[in-house]
Amino acid sequence: MPTQLVSDASPDTFPDNPVGRVIATEYGPSDKVFRGVITGGAMMSLVILALIAGFLLFRGLEIFRDFGFGFITSVRWDAGDGIDKATASFGIGAMLVGSVVTAVIALLIATPFAMGTALFLEFYCPSWLRIFLTSVLDLVAAIPSVIYGVWGYAIFMQYGTSWGRAINEHLGWFPLFHVPSPNFGRSPFIAGMVLALMIVPITTSVARAVYSQAPRDQIDAVYALGGSRWSGIRHIVLPFGRSGLIGGAMLGLGRALGETVAVYLVLNLVFRINFQILASVGGNVASLIANRFGEAGEYELKALMAAGLVLFLVTLLVNFAATAIVGRTRGTES
Amino acid sequence: MITMLTNNTSAVETTPQQASPASEVEQTSAMETRGIHAWFGKNHVLRNVSLQFPSNSVTGLIGPSGCGKSTFLRLLNRMHEFIPTAAMAGEVFLDGQDIYRPGAAAAELRLRVGMVFQKPNPFPSMTIQQNVLAGPTLSKTKVANKKDLVEDCLTRAGLWKEVKDRLDAYGSSLSGGQQQRLCIARALAVRPDVLLMDEPCSALDPGSTLRIEETIHELSESMTIVIVTHNMQQAARVSDYCAFFLSEDGPGHLVEADLTKVIFSNPSDQRTADYVQGRFG
Repeated sequence: MPTQLVSDASPDTFPDNPVGRVIATEYGPSDKVFRGVITGGAMMSLVILALIAGFLLFRGLEIFRDFGFGFITSVRWDAGDGIDKATASFGIGAMLVGSVVTAVIALLIATPFAMGTALFLEFYCPSWLRIFLTSVLDLVAAIPSVIYGVWGYAIFMQYGTSWGRAINEHLGWFPLFHVPSPNFGRSPFIAGMVLALMIVPITTSVARAVYSQAPRDQIDAVYALGGSRWSGIRHIVLPFGRSGLIGGAMLGLGRALGETVAVYLVLNLVFRINFQILASVGGNVASLIANRFGEAGEYELKALMAAGLVLFLVTLLVNFAATAIVGRTRGTES
Repeated sequence: MITMLTNNTSAVETTPQQASPASEVEQTSAMETRGIHAWFGKNHVLRNVSLQFPSNSVTGLIGPSGCGKSTFLRLLNRMHEFIPTAAMAGEVFLDGQDIYRPGAAAAELRLRVGMVFQKPNPFPSMTIQQNVLAGPTLSKTKVANKKDLVEDCLTRAGLWKEVKDRLDAYGSSLSGGQQQRLCIARALAVRPDVLLMDEPCSALDPGSTLRIEETIHELSESMTIVIVTHNMQQAARVSDYCAFFLSEDGPGHLVEADLTKVIFSNPSDQRTADYVQGRFG
């Protein structure tokens, strides 16, 4: 048994201010292969993203050169005679505004629904029902958007039209609900409702994920102090989940902004900036592309590519912001 | 006159004279459980616990990990039912009324039976003062004089002197031991008759533990305290009565309950003697 526990080397052997060591890790061959495959897969998505952006930029570059910033702000979309480029004029201002208007309507309708659904699933729902409802939600999320479009066009349109008329009748004095002519079909309001239905699942599942991480010990503290379930939600869960819910809503916004077919089927494409949401005038960038793609000439096709690039960047930005916000909520949980 | 903690008189061999200190002759029990069982799903975790908690005294629940002490504690203020798949059987009496009777309001019960948790859990977004007043706020109870209530509760929790000049600081700015005493003050603000403590010192340093034990001792003059603890010395120091739980690879059950000094000096069951002397667990 050693009698001396501290080695009595001189300061020369063990200096008081040593140089920091480099910590080297050697990976084995299987680790290296696995690492390579995983890293490659992860990088691939970035490469594909960059290639898409590059392709759109390459095809649309001429348009940005010809129209400059006016391509974003102008509302005129005119292919001209299809031969002389000077007769054409392209601008997606109205479509960008239309995208935002329909997406915001969708968001305003979907978020409260998603919030309520998430709270119910997380705090009130019996567990047998929760399993069932969660899979229904996943199923709803997987329905192709063209189905929503057809449903919106064939079934919901008549209800949406009469709801629009009713809102206009009673609240028509409010500028948003004003209409120039009594035509209520194919309006941004209807498109927004259809989009709302589409984004409820994604917003719900993000909200649920955030709510489920609310600090359990603090919720317990509320209960133990005679608080109701609702007090626990109001004082702990909702404040904790606020930024996560915003992030989830923005993920929904990203989806709604880029939605093509559903909007194409239920919205009247008109090149005019319109904030009268009940009027039969609207559009969004994606449905513009779908609408014009088939019959577009060479030059217009380039304009559509440019429009695609703008939409791509806007959606990317919204999604990044959303992910950052959701991530921040999870990071602060402790 | 409470002479035995368990209802099952045959299991406890102490005589009334031995078990009853003279000062507690007129004592009644604040709470009583009869034939309590608990399950999580199909897992039977607590079997047939009948126990009384004498008024204005401290009862320690001791036993190895996983013997159902905490589950038992959470049954006393109906926190058990917040765990999914949790089920129970038996009766818990407070003032002669079963707290699980149909129509009994669980939230109101929890105003009378307060709880302090293992990990200090003050509300981080509230100030010290707001934390103390959280109970009345949540239960929408009117408080005539908030300042007095805050001072009274913090004093009784042994924290007033340290925080009286910074009541508007956030609760999270306090040390762990201070946070736990803040949680005690918060639990006191709704004026409970019974205070349940689930290993309140297990996350704290020895100095803070000592302060909390002093607080428990002072509080027990005016209220009934039930404390779960893993620490035998702590049980010996703070409790008047002790109940020993054991699971033995099955559902947890009560082995014996008696005056703390009897449990530690002359328990009737060999397993109790082995446990309190540190031979297992």
